[in-house]
Amino acid sequence: MKQDSTTNAPATPWHRDPGVRALIFQAMLLLVVVWSLGTIFSNTVTNLENRGIHTGFDFLHEIAPFAVGFSPFIEFKLGESTYWDVFLIGIQNTIIVSFLGIVAATLLGFVIGIMRLSPNWLVSKIASVYIETFRNIPLLLQILFWNFAIFLTNLPGPRQSLSLGETVFLNSRGLYMPRPVTESEAGAWIVIIVGIAALIGCVVLYRWAKRRKDQTGQSFPVLSVSLAIMILVPTLAFFITGSPVGVELPELKRFNFEGGMQMPLALFSLWFALSTYTAAFIGETVRGGIMAVDHGQTEAASALGLHRGQVLRLVVVPQALRVIIPPAISQFLNLTKNSSLAVAVAYEELVSIWSGIALNQTGQALVIIAMTIVVYEILSLTTSAILNFYNYRIQLVER
Amino acid sequence: MNRLITIALAAGAVLIGSAATAGTLEDVKKRGHLICGINNAVPGFSAPDDKGKMQGIDVDVCYATAAAVLGDANKVEFTPLTAKERFTALSSGEVDLLSRNTTHTLHRDSALGLNFTYYNYIDGQGFMVKKDLGVKSALELDGAAVCIQQGTTTELNLADYFRSNNMKYQPIGYETAPQTRDGFDKGACDVLTSDKSQLAAQRTELKNPDGAIILPEIISKEPLGPVVRQGDDVWFNIVKWVLFAMINAEEAGITSSNADDMRKNSKNPVVRRILGVEGEMGRELQLSSDWAYNIIKQVGNYGESYQRNLEPLGIARKGSVNDLWTRGGILYAPPIR
Repeated sequence: MKQDSTTNAPATPWHRDPGVRALIFQAMLLLVVVWSLGTIFSNTVTNLENRGIHTGFDFLHEIAPFAVGFSPFIEFKLGESTYWDVFLIGIQNTIIVSFLGIVAATLLGFVIGIMRLSPNWLVSKIASVYIETFRNIPLLLQILFWNFAIFLTNLPGPRQSLSLGETVFLNSRGLYMPRPVTESEAGAWIVIIVGIAALIGCVVLYRWAKRRKDQTGQSFPVLSVSLAIMILVPTLAFFITGSPVGVELPELKRFNFEGGMQMPLALFSLWFALSTYTAAFIGETVRGGIMAVDHGQTEAASALGLHRGQVLRLVVVPQALRVIIPPAISQFLNLTKNSSLAVAVAYEELVSIWSGIALNQTGQALVIIAMTIVVYEILSLTTSAILNFYNYRIQLVER
Repeated sequence: MNRLITIALAAGAVLIGSAATAGTLEDVKKRGHLICGINNAVPGFSAPDDKGKMQGIDVDVCYATAAAVLGDANKVEFTPLTAKERFTALSSGEVDLLSRNTTHTLHRDSALGLNFTYYNYIDGQGFMVKKDLGVKSALELDGAAVCIQQGTTTELNLADYFRSNNMKYQPIGYETAPQTRDGFDKGACDVLTSDKSQLAAQRTELKNPDGAIILPEIISKEPLGPVVRQGDDVWFNIVKWVLFAMINAEEAGITSSNADDMRKNSKNPVVRRILGVEGEMGRELQLSSDWAYNIIKQVGNYGESYQRNLEPLGIARKGSVNDLWTRGGILYAPPIR
């Protein structure tokens, strides 16, 4: 029947054939897209040439003519470090503040979210006020507020630093802590290896305790025993090998403390502002996740005789996590991207020293902005990948 | 689908159009006002007064250019730019002219595709410290934390100076001048470094100006002046000669108050040429014949601009580099003829 109608009808002209038409339109669209991109490219190149601007990656090998102050892991030497080093330091500092921020925001956010659901009126109102305050004020304003109005104004100068036992110092320039220095390399390695062995021991202990609980129902205080192992065993190794690691204390010089481990005030302010701000959003996400768990689950758990802490830890939170994680990923990505507001308080992260100073001193806008975009893209995709993997692991297994 | 194609075609057409850059002079005339990139936060150079009008020797160049090109000094739209944004804003065509205390260097002149016209202020970099540190010379600053504005030549001079004197420093880099000053004021650093004229202005805005001193060293040459895009010679000539006209007017003794009188009665050929009574100076720049008269009448000569903007900050001019060459300075404008 169907074959009949096609063979008998007059042949469709090719330009009326929907398949051919679709193909032609697709091809036209492709041409337009390619042509637009090509035009953008050639226009850019022509305009740059007209203005005598040379673009390319050559400048990466040039020596950076300015100084970078904060770089805990990559050494910056004025007059020797190149623009490439500045780029790496920028990435390093972005990762440092994002990592610290994500950890703090998650912990704080969880506490706030659970507090908001508390049956205690006061506790839940405190959490509500916190969320409504921090969530509704622009982040840049908060960063400026903490840095200029609170920390810089209230902390004393280097000479009047607040100190904790003359080893940890806090002043308007930042936080200064003792830094571990290796005195005997072999000894230090032994301590590290013993530490790792202790960690593996703890994992084995945890597995054993879990198996025993599954089989016999007896629980074992894994946490406190592991903690004891993790502290005692490496400490013992440390003294047996004859204290291979010493400490370098920060020392007050003419202007400020030198030596030791330093955390500039800008990092501290930025970290503080980013975590408190993002925690408000994570708190709401956590609340939403917990409320998504059917109330029957809580009741059933209570009926089994679990107390409120156990109900949360063993029944509600594991089920809430699968609702919490996807939106939490967005918050982590936001925090990473928001760290680019650092320039307001003089923290030297990627946008500040790379697409800020380096761009201005070299004029290589195209290359530098493109590199910056790629870095953020990679950081975001990596964060997403890790958390998506975790999310996949904790999803409900449907049988 | 069809709509998509239309959009794509339109986008393509726009992009092709922008490949050819029209002359800045025609653009400004067609638009009816000049777009000038400025700082807006440095008293004496560019900052709003208590009535909200921009004042300063940098913005006077903008007013003067508008007066020369459009006949009305007030036809200016200001775009405040940070040190980091300024060159991209100029080379992308967002502003017609950049008059934002910008130092002339080889790199900027060549690799950034810019043209420096002439200098409206010749400066040098210095240091300001809190008095209670007891520092008397910049050579005692080893290990200090230094507040600095990002993306400036100041940043580079600082690095050079500390490097050549074998000293270390901790840079605390802010984006704008007010943030940098605030950082210094609240103790985020020991030292504030900038051009000396700016330090004088910044000092007046500290909570306690007497608690800070400016150290004697000058560590760099900072010839500051208006900048235009490379590749538009007509516009380059106009901005250059706007500045020269202001300086020449001072040399010839023409001021905003006597310009009308001199235009009518002066027999001096130099004055007559500047004021457009004689010669074809305006036409050669593709401007009207009264271009320089408009500048002087509406904005004033260079000396008047300096007197109005910088003298109140206590930056004396007499005998300094910024005085006319006839009085011991190095301000030297080529003749208008």
